[in-house]
Amino acid sequence: MAHRRYTSGMLILELCAVLLGLLFLIPFYFLIANSVKSFAEILLDSAAWPTKFVWSNYTRAWEIMKFPRAFGNSLFITVISNLGLTLISSLSAYRFVRHPSRFNNIIFTLFVAAMVIPFQSIMIPLMKVASWFHLLDSRMGLFVCYLGFGVSISVFLFHGFVKSIPVEIEESAVVDGCSPLGVFWKIVFPLLKPMTVTIIILNSLWIWNDFLLPSLLLGRAELRTIPLSTFSFFGQYTKQWDLALAALVMGITPIVVFFLTLQRHIIEGITAGSVKG
Amino acid sequence: MKSRVSSREWLLQTLFVGPALLVFVIIVALPFVLGLYYSLTDWNGVSNQVLWIGLGNYRELMGDEGFWDSFGFTVRFTIVAVVLTNLVGFVLALILTRYLKLRNLLRTIFFLPNVIGGLLLGFIWQFIFVKGFAALGNWTGLSFFELPWLGDATTSFWAVVIVSVWTGSGYLMIIYIASLMNVPADLHEAASIDGASSWQRLRNITIPMIMPAVTICLFLALSWSFKTFDVILSLTRGGPYNSTQSVALNIYTEAFQNNRLGLGTAKAIVFFIVVALITIIQVWLTKRQEVEA
Repeated sequence: MAHRRYTSGMLILELCAVLLGLLFLIPFYFLIANSVKSFAEILLDSAAWPTKFVWSNYTRAWEIMKFPRAFGNSLFITVISNLGLTLISSLSAYRFVRHPSRFNNIIFTLFVAAMVIPFQSIMIPLMKVASWFHLLDSRMGLFVCYLGFGVSISVFLFHGFVKSIPVEIEESAVVDGCSPLGVFWKIVFPLLKPMTVTIIILNSLWIWNDFLLPSLLLGRAELRTIPLSTFSFFGQYTKQWDLALAALVMGITPIVVFFLTLQRHIIEGITAGSVKG
Repeated sequence: MKSRVSSREWLLQTLFVGPALLVFVIIVALPFVLGLYYSLTDWNGVSNQVLWIGLGNYRELMGDEGFWDSFGFTVRFTIVAVVLTNLVGFVLALILTRYLKLRNLLRTIFFLPNVIGGLLLGFIWQFIFVKGFAALGNWTGLSFFELPWLGDATTSFWAVVIVSVWTGSGYLMIIYIASLMNVPADLHEAASIDGASSWQRLRNITIPMIMPAVTICLFLALSWSFKTFDVILSLTRGGPYNSTQSVALNIYTEAFQNNRLGLGTAKAIVFFIVVALITIIQVWLTKRQEVEA
């Protein structure tokens, strides 16, 4: 561009943008500043900087909401659901592209059509089905549900990507005596990597933050994920803002750290996923 | 020989497609079909006897004021949130595609709220509306902050809108930025040489060139807003007096608090039809635009 010079107009624009950015960050200021105040100080003036740092808010909230357990549960369910989803969706998307039989075309169309169904539209009968198949109140049950709800979009995204891989690469491997599963695992799957990253990012953000499905499925306290334990924490400690805000800061920290470390991939993945999806 | 080949093919088909198909059938297809059936019954989840009552639930739903109020709220909220989220997202994208020194940092900041789950965001903002705004009111003396936030229907409505715009605009900003970067710079330069003002260039070059992104963003926001649940559950719980109850929350309450699972399922089916219609229109519009472009 010709006018790339940093003019005074740009400086004004930059200042406005920074002000807007600060405006966006104000909620985090309130959250963090008040999470280290005593309850009385929060009530006195929630906009002021803390006069005395009360770190015990954190240690108490940590213990009450059993944070390590909730974090472990969230991490476990997110990781295994991602592994399962990536595997079953790439396998079936690959088959759909390379063997477009009538049956496979119908199944693929069903997968795509089902992306329209909002979760709330099927959650009630899902509870019935979950009890038939013994999926209630268990990690494995939650895992199976995430596979079911995530498979449509993941297959759809993989499908578009497999189409762009030239079939000749696979043919030469078949000639060399590679089995169909070997061809997929050694040749196709590594080529899918950019799409795999996108899908894992989209599914991780969804599963990590999901509240409704686990709240319906899980009963036992020891299985609770971070959103569930935050919710029950708020149920028990209504208006105890000193503890509640510390709990919230802990609750958002893992996903914020995840975002800040993988920022570039996340933003690229979201752009790719939403433009195609 | 032939049957050996086909049994091998069958095995491969099962291996590759079987797992995905199985979970899909159990978790999505079966509940969907069951839902159609249960919406025609008086299922309450407690008694084992489920009676067929035909269209009784749908007839009751027609006269259910709570349901239609929640529909009204959802539509009003969706319109306002879609317009504002897109406006803010677009303006942010316009600013951050200029060569600002801090633009990468600012992009991160605007996107950040998006990665946090709706439930936690609702709780954070509950504190801000109740305690934070009161404190800001004391500091600044602005009556805006001294309104009864979350206390009456109007302020609660706008509270939900504010949180949604704050959360969603960074996401749309990312899509708008990607699209704005693809507008050829020489188009702008040629227009400036011809004496077009920056407003004219925005209206006659930028906006027509990024129409595909506009469609995507409009319908992304539409789909989020229409299905809003988590944020409302933690921010207002649908209150005060159900004034901020979204359709999704109404279905949830009907099924899991009132235990009217049959009626809840009927509402869920109506909800599905509306969402499906919106999505079909979206796909149709997107396709049409691709042809024109």
